Amino acid sequence: MKKVLMIHADKCTGCRNCELACSFSHEGAFQPRHSSVHAYTWEREGISVPMMCQHCDDAPCVSVCPTGAMHVSEADGRVEWDQGLCILCKMCTIACPFGNAVYDASNKRIIKCDMCKGDPECALFCPNGALVYSDDTLAVRNRKKAFAAKFAAAFKEVS
Amino acid sequence: MYGWTGNMLRVNLSSGSVTREPTEPELAKLYIGGRGLGSRIFSDEVDPMVDPLSPENKLILATGPFTGTYAPSAGRFMAITKGPLTGTIACSNSGGTFGPELKYAGYDVVIIEGKAQKPVYLWINDDRVEIRDAGHIWGKNTQDTTDTIRAETDEEAKVSCIGPAGEKLVLFACIMNEMHRTAGRSGVGAVMGSKNLKAVAVVGSGMVKAADPAGFKAAVLKARKKIQAHPVGGQGLKAYGTDILVNILNEIGALPTRNYRDAYFPTADKVGGESLSARNLVRPKGCFSCIISCGRVTKVSAQRFEGYGEGPEYETAWAFGPDCGIDNLDAVTKANYLCNELGMDTITMGATIACAMDLFENGILTAKDTGGIALNFGAVETMVEMVRKTGIREGFGDQLALGSYRLAESFGHPEYSMTVKKQEMPAYDPRGVQGIGLNYATNNRGGDHVRGYTIAVEVLGNPSKMDPHVTEGKAALDILFQNLTAALDSSGACLFSTFGLGADELAEMLSALTGVPFPVDEFMEAGERVWNLERLWNLKAGFTARDDTLPERLLKDPIITGPSKGSVNRLGDMLPEYYKLRGWDKNGVPEDGKLKELSLNGS
Repeated sequence: MKKVLMIHADKCTGCRNCELACSFSHEGAFQPRHSSVHAYTWEREGISVPMMCQHCDDAPCVSVCPTGAMHVSEADGRVEWDQGLCILCKMCTIACPFGNAVYDASNKRIIKCDMCKGDPECALFCPNGALVYSDDTLAVRNRKKAFAAKFAAAFKEVS
Repeated sequence: MYGWTGNMLRVNLSSGSVTREPTEPELAKLYIGGRGLGSRIFSDEVDPMVDPLSPENKLILATGPFTGTYAPSAGRFMAITKGPLTGTIACSNSGGTFGPELKYAGYDVVIIEGKAQKPVYLWINDDRVEIRDAGHIWGKNTQDTTDTIRAETDEEAKVSCIGPAGEKLVLFACIMNEMHRTAGRSGVGAVMGSKNLKAVAVVGSGMVKAADPAGFKAAVLKARKKIQAHPVGGQGLKAYGTDILVNILNEIGALPTRNYRDAYFPTADKVGGESLSARNLVRPKGCFSCIISCGRVTKVSAQRFEGYGEGPEYETAWAFGPDCGIDNLDAVTKANYLCNELGMDTITMGATIACAMDLFENGILTAKDTGGIALNFGAVETMVEMVRKTGIREGFGDQLALGSYRLAESFGHPEYSMTVKKQEMPAYDPRGVQGIGLNYATNNRGGDHVRGYTIAVEVLGNPSKMDPHVTEGKAALDILFQNLTAALDSSGACLFSTFGLGADELAEMLSALTGVPFPVDEFMEAGERVWNLERLWNLKAGFTARDDTLPERLLKDPIITGPSKGSVNRLGDMLPEYYKLRGWDKNGVPEDGKLKELSLNGS
């Protein structure tokens, strides 16, 4: 079955284990800036939000790519970047509505999630269930229950 | 080098010089990093008789090999200096993301010397290091300081800074990083203030490498499982924060109450972790690489104490709560916010107010002394107001800014100060938990719980349980915890990782990361070495065995109410054995044989 990486921002504590795992697995060393997932924190508010490639079905980064370097994998639908075909025009970094494709000037490359070819380290190392890699089913995609649970808790309190 | 970056930065604020030095591999092997390596450098370079607030004192910021990696809950850095509150070697530890960023900028250690002529901040951007004017931020609170410096440097910069309290040399001022994390104790922020150093901001583009990436990953995954399976490390701390301890300590009669007049507070539950989660908690927060997330993002809506921020931790809830005879969680939380904004240690602040209340109720301190303020136990608004006044040294706050020992001494009654080596003891009453009393008495930075947390065994039963009321075996227990913690602090790991991990797991990760073999016994020996190094430095600073004691109240006045009613601390039953097991003579001086064994001869 196809798999999906679900982001639950409400569970993120800002620990950045995802960034560490991503950079360590791709670079062999720890440097969160080289990670393709980022958990940004607003310290005054105490809010953290993980951001990473959504592997869009109709991906703008793929549409604008003039060489086919950014393409959809036939095997599993991931959006992949092929360094060999890339001319570093950076159009993908402009087209992505979320900023999830990033140009790394010092290493002349695009940093974008490759889903670790189907075994994402970020989900393995997320201790809070904010990044979860699981089967792509309607039940997994359904966020309603988590919100419903908040109502359930509130009802429990007043009843 | 792997794990370590191999570089140190030296900044002299008097001359403006900035130099780079290598991290010595031999010292790194003996002292690991962080607290150990930083203390070794400090001990080699600073005269123990130095005035802590003079330019001759140095401030060392040191990371451990784990810092910046995904070793679980291990992103810490330490500030090492001579503490102005205690006069001992002070090492204060903080999480957040500042330490990892220092590593990415390429530095294991930053050594800060001298004194700037006017307020400055240090801006470290990889190997570009600038000393910048801070005239326009002097006087700002820690959050506004952080925002201003980010706007001037890099929006992702990690900022460690002092607030008004550090500038005004409040003797227990702390160093705050990322607004809510703090190197809290011993007055390290006052040392920064004495150097006219408002902040250190850092960004780094370098990497931290592992010698054996696959081995390190495997060791980390194993260690994570152990923490996650632990009832405290895996669940308790995330659900309730450290404040879960209020009820636990109260139920065994070891929650110091009204300046240690008692050890049981009937309404303690109102400031405990369960109440905090129900009332003020917004969400849990984790430091860099943390899998525990004990941090509390909280909000107070009640009008008098409205605010938003982080905390309180257990010690804070106790200090502003039961120790002051207060059970108002909103007020406690507000006092915590103020300490974070002004840059002060919450434990010493709360305990100093409690001491002032005790002096006031006994007629030693009068309204004439306090500027007309009635400082009774339980005075909620007054407590919060005293925090504000202390942070800016206004009115009676100017005297509170010296800590409880100097305050009580100036009114002729130092015995009212619940301190060891002039630092306030935290929230575990040694009359109800014997071993923690021995730890307070022998601790190298005075009254303190995070350098030998025997509470884990005596109260929480981790990894095994000992009766808190017995003294037998407590000397050995203290030594084990003190040595383990010294090694752990040197590695960059958080103390809370020991809710799941022991020396075995830490040593295994350290070996795989650094490529330097750290068998468990050598890892533990490094901790013992650090402890003895700190002890030697304190002896040279003028401390003696007479300072290894507890306030008379804990040795002579029994607990009045609650489950531990009638108990005193029996320090005399434990201390001689402690010295003996440490390999120290009866005056608490390390014997030559011990020093040789630890490669400390000549230190």
